[in-house]
Amino acid sequence: MRDVALDTALGADGTAAAARYQAADGRALETCDLCLTVDHKPLIKNVNLSLSPNGITMIMGPNGAGKSLLLRLIHGLIQPSSGRVLWGGQGLSDDLRREQSMVFQKPVVLRRSVAANVDFALKARGIRDARRRDALLDHVGLLDHARQPARLLSGGEQQRLALARSLATDPKILLMDEPTASLDPASVLKIEEIVQKACANGTKILFVTHDLGQAGRLADDVIFMNRGKLHEYGPADLFLSRPETREARDFLLGRIVV
Amino acid sequence: MQDFGEAFGLALSLVLSGDADLFEIVALSLQVSLTATGLACLIGLPLGAIVAITRFPGRNAVLIFFNALMGLPPVVVGLIVYLHLSRAGPLGFLGLLYTPTAMVIAQTILITPIVMALSRQVLEDLNVEYADQFRSLVLSRWQQITALIWDARFSLTTVALAGFGRAVAEVGAVMIVGGNIDHLTRVMTTAIALETSKGDLALALALGMVLMVIALGVNAMVQSVRMTAARHAYA
Repeated sequence: MRDVALDTALGADGTAAAARYQAADGRALETCDLCLTVDHKPLIKNVNLSLSPNGITMIMGPNGAGKSLLLRLIHGLIQPSSGRVLWGGQGLSDDLRREQSMVFQKPVVLRRSVAANVDFALKARGIRDARRRDALLDHVGLLDHARQPARLLSGGEQQRLALARSLATDPKILLMDEPTASLDPASVLKIEEIVQKACANGTKILFVTHDLGQAGRLADDVIFMNRGKLHEYGPADLFLSRPETREARDFLLGRIVV
Repeated sequence: MQDFGEAFGLALSLVLSGDADLFEIVALSLQVSLTATGLACLIGLPLGAIVAITRFPGRNAVLIFFNALMGLPPVVVGLIVYLHLSRAGPLGFLGLLYTPTAMVIAQTILITPIVMALSRQVLEDLNVEYADQFRSLVLSRWQQITALIWDARFSLTTVALAGFGRAVAEVGAVMIVGGNIDHLTRVMTTAIALETSKGDLALALALGMVLMVIALGVNAMVQSVRMTAARHAYA
């Protein structure tokens, strides 16, 4: 497990409403009083986070907790009602967003060949490099399918293709929204292997999951959310063995029903 | 007035013998309608794509307007183009009235709303799938439009064929702005109308046969494109 220095700023009610990691180096990703309200309904409530630039951070919580919304806010896919997302102290500009990449729960597969799907992401960054594309496809085990229409791939293969396309832009941060939610165990393990390699190569991973086993296998630290509120942020082993909040304990015991 | 059987026989012999007049009319029809279809695609596809991916105040009103234009009566389009191209009109100095160019203009105006409205629907559906990925890659609007049009190319081919079908089969607009001048602006539909009124059913029927073959061919192509797209999972 990665060694992280936890600088916890507990809320007045004793919950870890605002927790903070000190960034050891590089650019920290921060959210400052992040709120999202839709139709007068608060969906994300004052989330304050500071994430270190390395390792795998799992975002966990029951359905409707706001995990995917938090990921989308961090990636700039939706704009917060108030608060800010900062990266290295700067607001999230398009240039900074180009250094991030996102994999969605339902893989977005372009109506092209497998190779052309990766080419598309490379071309978006002004890169035309067949060798790099083939290396990426090889990395995710799809080189043999390069000329095949991408939509004929299986669900697991499509998700690996989406992952290859995301890695093609050489992101500093890779955001993954339940990428293994509907995959078989073998596909899940393949995705996890690729994610771990990306992390080892210095890509920060933010990964939404419900799967406690997956969190145990992958996570360096865990963000726990419930009803749009940040309840805990800490090292994964601590969260999984000794959660600090009642909500987290209930979630780990399968008691939270939304 | 010939009886139907005799007229049908004569029509068949005109087609099979490669009658020069007949094929001149067919060639001009195809030239005018294919050019109009190409122009309508050049204008309508990007417009459809822009409306598909853009949200702006009054968008629904724009959609209603363009959908309404799909039902433009050809004679009204012909009349409007005629008024603009006639000597007293604002574009009269171009001297385009009663030329194939005027017919191309009229047909382009007639089918551009069709191409735009149908492509907007196709591209909007596809954009629902792609929008998050596009935003994640921080693509420019132009990059989004070209990607959508490329990936929807099979569906858009059927849109173009629908536009061509409408263009090649219409009679009112090209009659008004083309004048149905022999060896100059006579196309299949105007020739059929003229020959029928003259009672020369053989040529009218021969042209009708060719028009039907084209219509069937267009439908066969649409079906073929759909099957190809489905086979490659690009639909």
